[in-house]
Amino acid sequence: MQIELQQIHKHFGKAHVLKGIDLKVDAGSIHGLVGENGAGKSTLMKILTGYLSRSGGRILLDGEEVECETPAAAAALGIGMLYQEPQDFPPLTVLDNFIVGRDTHPDNHRGRQQARLQNLADQVHFNLDGEAQLEQLTVGERQQLEFLRLLGRDARLLILDEPTTGISDRQKERLFAALHQIRDQGRTILLVSHKLEEVVALCDRVTILRHGEVSGEESAPFHIPRLLALMFDQSPATDAKPQRRAPGDALLWLRNLSASGERTGLHDCNCTIHQGEVVGLAGLSGSGQGLFLRLAAALVQPTAGEVEFHGRSLNRRDHRTMRRLGGCFLPANRLEEGLIAGFTLVDHFTLALRCSRREARAAAERAIDKFRIRGTPDSTADSLSGGNQQRLLLSLIPTGANMVLLENPTRGLDVESAGWVWRYLRKHYAGQGAIVFSSAELDEILAVADRVLVFFDGRVVRDLPMDRVDYQDVAAAMTGN
Amino acid sequence: MPNLRQHLTDTLLILAIVLAFTALLLAIVGASPIEAFGHLFKGSFGSWSKFSRVLNVWIPLTLCSLGLLYAFRSGLWNIGVEGQMVLGAIGAAGVLRWGVDSGNPLLMLTLALLAGMLLAALWALLAGWLKTRGGVHEIFAGLGLNFVSMGIILWLIFGPWKRPGIASMSGTEPFPAALWFPTLEGWRVSPFALALTVLAIIITARVLNHSRFGLNLKAVGHNPRAVSLYGLSPQFYLLIGIIISGALAGLAGGLQVSGIYHRLIPAISSGYGYLGLLVVMLANFRLLPIPFIALFFAALNVGSIQLPMMMQLDSSLSGVIQGACVLSALLVFGLRKLKRGRNP
Repeated sequence: MQIELQQIHKHFGKAHVLKGIDLKVDAGSIHGLVGENGAGKSTLMKILTGYLSRSGGRILLDGEEVECETPAAAAALGIGMLYQEPQDFPPLTVLDNFIVGRDTHPDNHRGRQQARLQNLADQVHFNLDGEAQLEQLTVGERQQLEFLRLLGRDARLLILDEPTTGISDRQKERLFAALHQIRDQGRTILLVSHKLEEVVALCDRVTILRHGEVSGEESAPFHIPRLLALMFDQSPATDAKPQRRAPGDALLWLRNLSASGERTGLHDCNCTIHQGEVVGLAGLSGSGQGLFLRLAAALVQPTAGEVEFHGRSLNRRDHRTMRRLGGCFLPANRLEEGLIAGFTLVDHFTLALRCSRREARAAAERAIDKFRIRGTPDSTADSLSGGNQQRLLLSLIPTGANMVLLENPTRGLDVESAGWVWRYLRKHYAGQGAIVFSSAELDEILAVADRVLVFFDGRVVRDLPMDRVDYQDVAAAMTGN
Repeated sequence: MPNLRQHLTDTLLILAIVLAFTALLLAIVGASPIEAFGHLFKGSFGSWSKFSRVLNVWIPLTLCSLGLLYAFRSGLWNIGVEGQMVLGAIGAAGVLRWGVDSGNPLLMLTLALLAGMLLAALWALLAGWLKTRGGVHEIFAGLGLNFVSMGIILWLIFGPWKRPGIASMSGTEPFPAALWFPTLEGWRVSPFALALTVLAIIITARVLNHSRFGLNLKAVGHNPRAVSLYGLSPQFYLLIGIIISGALAGLAGGLQVSGIYHRLIPAISSGYGYLGLLVVMLANFRLLPIPFIALFFAALNVGSIQLPMMMQLDSSLSGVIQGACVLSALLVFGLRKLKRGRNP
């Protein structure tokens, strides 16, 4: 299916976020859409999929003008999208989620549908248990399920928003192979991504957005510095390898810790975190890293073992105490767990800093300036783009925090912002305390951390200082070898 | 102020739908809508005496609605407000019975209101605990406790607190006039109760819209998962929200006993708890419209009393109008939200 967007405009109140976008994607091709956070990629895709109405412009599919007024209409036209935040039904099982909404071929026979799901999963080498409750899956696994749902529906145009977020390198390779395979079947793929290496590896053509306008269009073979120049106002500085310090006093102890949750649970984990350390948690998504962070933050009740922070035992769900002693946790599900939809930036700062409205407003203005959040103190959290929500969360970390626990902290940020975030976090929090973070990108962990814990199947299988880390070894350990 | 204009258009739209719907209904049963609306108006605002009766309904209705607003802010549907009002009435009646011969009516009346608020708050806390500790949805807990409260009040009226000789649906033995809230000459409404309600409105406005506590409560209501990351305990705020809700309903119940009926009757809550839910929904969960909507509903309740006499219409017409108001309001708000969602 060939798609053509002509002069698409979008206003949000006074903000003019899309300023006449022209985009043409040929049938049977993989087309990349890149741009900085807030460049308008997500908005454009939401218009194409009927979640937002456009303020102006035309959409043509195979040369015929269509409306795409509702998500259902877009789906009926054969447009399917894999969102960055999973759009699914957490109280249902994996199989229920797979079956739901298949109006074109209503078939509720569970056995047949299970076979279909299994068949599709095998094609792209995903491993999903049909009977598992969706709530126990990680974001990455939920994205995999959504991808299978799109494959199962007869979507002729597949829009993928950061599809490799939260999946392993091996799964990524398989996904890419599958994408090539379905492209050769004649389906059209639109890939929205920050990761230029992936765009370069996958796409036939790339459109670059900057501040709501098309700043350029390139064909393969691509020249990465040129893409960067079109994406950013200036080329991002290359990241300096962080200097390491000797670890200081122990701050956080995890002793014989076990808990159930996620898919694998966490089993018999022993670990001590020291002041001055930046600890990276590596592993395939859903191997226990998220549970580790939530246990360390005293947000989850362990089934055995104990957590001790600054000499105080935190065995109950006791995040308040943790926070009073300088702990802080940032979840990956920004709007579900971290921010409050409908609350403004000022509201968030009032809550986080426990201060007056006036002080909170000043803090919000400082944060907007410092973290370059595209919004105003009175913008609501849900009106910010994904990357800007992440910046808001980061700006809410208390200044005095000495144990910063981060789940996929640079998820949804572009390369330049991610680099800036790490320099900021290191400068402000690694000296006075420790940073523990998980990431789906092994490269990021190796670039940032002083120490790496490798998770496999709910267990910590390696605990290595950076100078003893070997890429091949860590990658092998992550997959259980 | 586009916001104010929008609220005004919404309100006018809602009223237009309600008027059209009610008029149609009346035309179908062969009654004159103009005449019916005229009677409703005259029956409620026709004289000072009638208006003071409207105010007597306005007071408990407003208090219940304010209480509900606290619970809604924390994300709870405190449907148990009806039972909490009953418990408030029982608490107040208990103190007044005990203090009949004390010789200090002012102290007794104060104690009665406090006891009513306390008992109702505990009753609400029970629903809150069932929710936070037992995982029982607050709607079921509240509904169940409403039935239990009805059982308790009937048991008291026909059992331990029955009138000497004859237990009856007309309630317990009235309290001596010294234990009635004083009313002004020619008015049926107690200025004290009126002042207390106005004070409750002002305090609620302050607390919900301009205090840290109000913001925390709202945060819990919006996203209970996220607030624990800000060092707040969602359970604590849920319980506080429902306790305040119960205390205000208890105050309403206490005032019914000490200011209106001067005894305990089975129908002491008069359905104001449920009506309060409608008021809050019609106000779109905002504080400012609540006193006005409560006044409108109270006027409908009082005004409709004449309908059977004057037009052989059932007085349930007021309920029809109130229900139509809420339904059309939900419709208008829903459409507005739909439009905003598509085009923010």
